[in-house]
Amino acid sequence: MDLIANHITHRFGDLAVLDDISFTVGAGEVVAIVGPSGCGKSTLLSILGGLLQPTSGAPELRGAPPADSLNPLTFVFQDFALLPWATVEENVEFPLLHTQLSATQRRALVDDALRRTGLTDFRKTYPKQLSGGMRQRVGISRALAVKPAILLMDEPLSALDSQTRELLMEDFVRLLADGGMGAVYVTHNLEEAARLADRIVVLSRRPGRIREVVTVPMTRAARGEAAAREKLLALQNQIWSLIRNEAIDAEREVQHA
Amino acid sequence: MLDRAPAAETPAKDDATRRVRFRGAGFVPAGSRFGGWIALALVIAIWQAAGSASLVNPLFLPAPSAIARAIYELAMSGALWQHLSASLLRIGVGWLLGTAAGVAVGFAIGLSRLARSVGITFISALFPIPKIALLPLLILWLGIGEEPKIATIALGVFFSTAISVYSGVDAVPRNLICMAQSFNVPFTTIVRKVIWPGALPAILAGFRITASVALLLVVSAEMIGAQYGIGAFVLQAGNLMQTDQLLAGVVILSVFGLAVGKVINWLETRLLHWR
Repeated sequence: MDLIANHITHRFGDLAVLDDISFTVGAGEVVAIVGPSGCGKSTLLSILGGLLQPTSGAPELRGAPPADSLNPLTFVFQDFALLPWATVEENVEFPLLHTQLSATQRRALVDDALRRTGLTDFRKTYPKQLSGGMRQRVGISRALAVKPAILLMDEPLSALDSQTRELLMEDFVRLLADGGMGAVYVTHNLEEAARLADRIVVLSRRPGRIREVVTVPMTRAARGEAAAREKLLALQNQIWSLIRNEAIDAEREVQHA
Repeated sequence: MLDRAPAAETPAKDDATRRVRFRGAGFVPAGSRFGGWIALALVIAIWQAAGSASLVNPLFLPAPSAIARAIYELAMSGALWQHLSASLLRIGVGWLLGTAAGVAVGFAIGLSRLARSVGITFISALFPIPKIALLPLLILWLGIGEEPKIATIALGVFFSTAISVYSGVDAVPRNLICMAQSFNVPFTTIVRKVIWPGALPAILAGFRITASVALLLVVSAEMIGAQYGIGAFVLQAGNLMQTDQLLAGVVILSVFGLAVGKVINWLETRLLHWR
């Protein structure tokens, strides 16, 4: 199943946020969206996931989702969006409650998702008892439980410390390794984009337009090797040179807003 | 190369040092478990001592022992239960009716644009009216039986409940609703599993307020037109200058208020354990 951004433009009142954004996320592909602060990255993701109606253009799907997918487009949120009154397993089960699945089937999906994210021993804990990294694991586990075709990740690591970020990045690489699941990964962190994405969509400052689409010239597995580090760093520098001046302008704009 | 710090730095003998003043104290009031009870016991003891030593005229302020005796005699005569049951019935029915209507209207205002635009206007206009002022009108409409008293309590409870419920619904984090929508969770499930538990802290806080409102209104309503009830009893005792009986009624009201508070505490512990 492909996800297509088809000439998406969006305005909040008089404020133009996105201008004619078009790109396609192929099946199993990971596309990162980067750009200066306030360029509309998260707005674009909300539109792609059907949570926000664009002013013009539309998000579209091409092809059938996997037969076992219960929610083909599934978000992983920056602030985790966990139900504080529910335990870890109740949070993971939450998106399955309204499906036709039996309790046994739901249980099997929850068990599998918890196992894949290393949360099996924490199933009875409440979110407030967990660290930020573990809470985001619950968010990822909840997303995996519905067997998504494409994960929509809105800066999923930005609320975490650098060590936890590194650990979760390794988890993402592992989860996306088999190519069975694609992702749109919104981030302001160029290292994350370079580590994870097959292609990087670089947006301009507001109103966000596509400045460039950069293809990462190596497999995700190869990026963990020492020899790849220089190439990835060069890629990050290339992208940074594209957005640096606009990031400075955007920062000044935010400060004067 | 990294500079290595010496294992331990000790100031030279002639260096004058000053300890950094601790500035982080205060603003963390911790409740003592028995402090409140000890203070209460102390006040009662002083009050009793003043009464026993005839320092206070018992007509104006009877001693705690006299109040306790009055309560005992009331209980033994059966009058206590007669008054208490009449008040409890009015409070119970009025509170339940007002709460049920308030929760329904509060949720409607919190979830529906139409209900919000209409409901908030009416609530803003009617909430500030002292509900006891409506009792004569309610008597005119509903007769002189139990109905106007119950309706007064229900009205008082309704507005506070509706406000706390829609405020609670408004306070449910928007990201949780978006999360549920992103999983195609149906509206009713979002209300049941996200909005209801999210609004529950505000709803229970509202219950604490409406319990006090109900108590206030039952006493006021009973003082205006009732033969039985704690309010009627207190008024009658006041008219007869039986201050020990009057204060016995006040103590019973206080105990009732405390009991309701305990029940709400218990509910909060049970239902909001995740906080």
